[in-house]
Amino acid sequence: MEDIEIGKVQEQLTRFVNKEVYVHLETTNGAYASHFDDKAYNVGAFIRNAKVTYTHAKIVGIGNAYRVGLKLEIGWVYAEGLSKWELDEKGQLLMAGHDREGRLMVALQISETPFKY
Amino acid sequence: MEKHVVVIYPHPDDEAFGASGTITKFREEGVPVTYLCGTLGEMGRNMGNPTFANRETLPEIRKKELIAACKVLDVDLRMLGYRDKTLEFESRDEVAEHLKSILLEIEPSLVITHYPDHAVHPDHNALGAAVIEAVSRMDEKTRPTVWAQAISRTYEEELGKPDVEMNILPFFKKKMATILAHQTQAQGVLGSMSQTTDDLEAIAKERLGTEFFYTWKF
Repeated sequence: MEDIEIGKVQEQLTRFVNKEVYVHLETTNGAYASHFDDKAYNVGAFIRNAKVTYTHAKIVGIGNAYRVGLKLEIGWVYAEGLSKWELDEKGQLLMAGHDREGRLMVALQISETPFKY
Repeated sequence: MEKHVVVIYPHPDDEAFGASGTITKFREEGVPVTYLCGTLGEMGRNMGNPTFANRETLPEIRKKELIAACKVLDVDLRMLGYRDKTLEFESRDEVAEHLKSILLEIEPSLVITHYPDHAVHPDHNALGAAVIEAVSRMDEKTRPTVWAQAISRTYEEELGKPDVEMNILPFFKKKMATILAHQTQAQGVLGSMSQTTDDLEAIAKERLGTEFFYTWKF
């Protein structure tokens, strides 16, 4: 994955406007967070292949922390802490944020075909 | 001597960190070993450091790492096809029946798995519990012994001392090679075990030089 360039990612987000798309959204601090630090909490949320259509999308932020919001007919999807992106060979838009050790903390992915697995 | 050992853990790399020394000991004695790996670790957070995997490429990469690790250990591999982080939400009964059917086919004398409720990760606890359930449904006279591995911080206070203690330092080279076969995971996992050094081999030797198990009492 590469560092987010706001213009390039915005272009990709706009490409999916008013199309039926599949969304993968997750955030996690891992199953071992409170094992290694008893003051920490294990928190995570995950949805894969949620079928949505968004009417508007925007990426906002600077440096290495971006936010992406997708406006739906009757709701919203957003992710915070994104810093890397990639358009893979299937045309799926992958965005993610990692900690200093390279561990994934948040991911938002959009595709016109369902994600595998 | 054991007739056949079956190791059942949910993630590619659980076998490396948890039991690769013990597995090596059995292989050197000529005992066949089969690894039933529950998932492909699809939800892993470690993407390599520097990152070279992403959420979509990780499953295929970890599958290759798993196959490579099993080659290092010289064990048979079966992938059970569940999805990382979802094992505890599956029907316990169905998973147990699935495992039982494989155990009836392989007829192992020993099964190694995680100790339910003392293995930290929800997948560890759920698969361990399904293994216990599967074996408890088998004929008492012919069913395998089960060694359950606890990794929680409090397991010794709660369960007492494990009765099986494997000093695996004689097999440490193999253990390290198995861990390193899991390229995306090795550094992240070992790194999280120590704040004071980044010498992976030193961390592994100190933290993973002995493998402990409890013989399950049915």
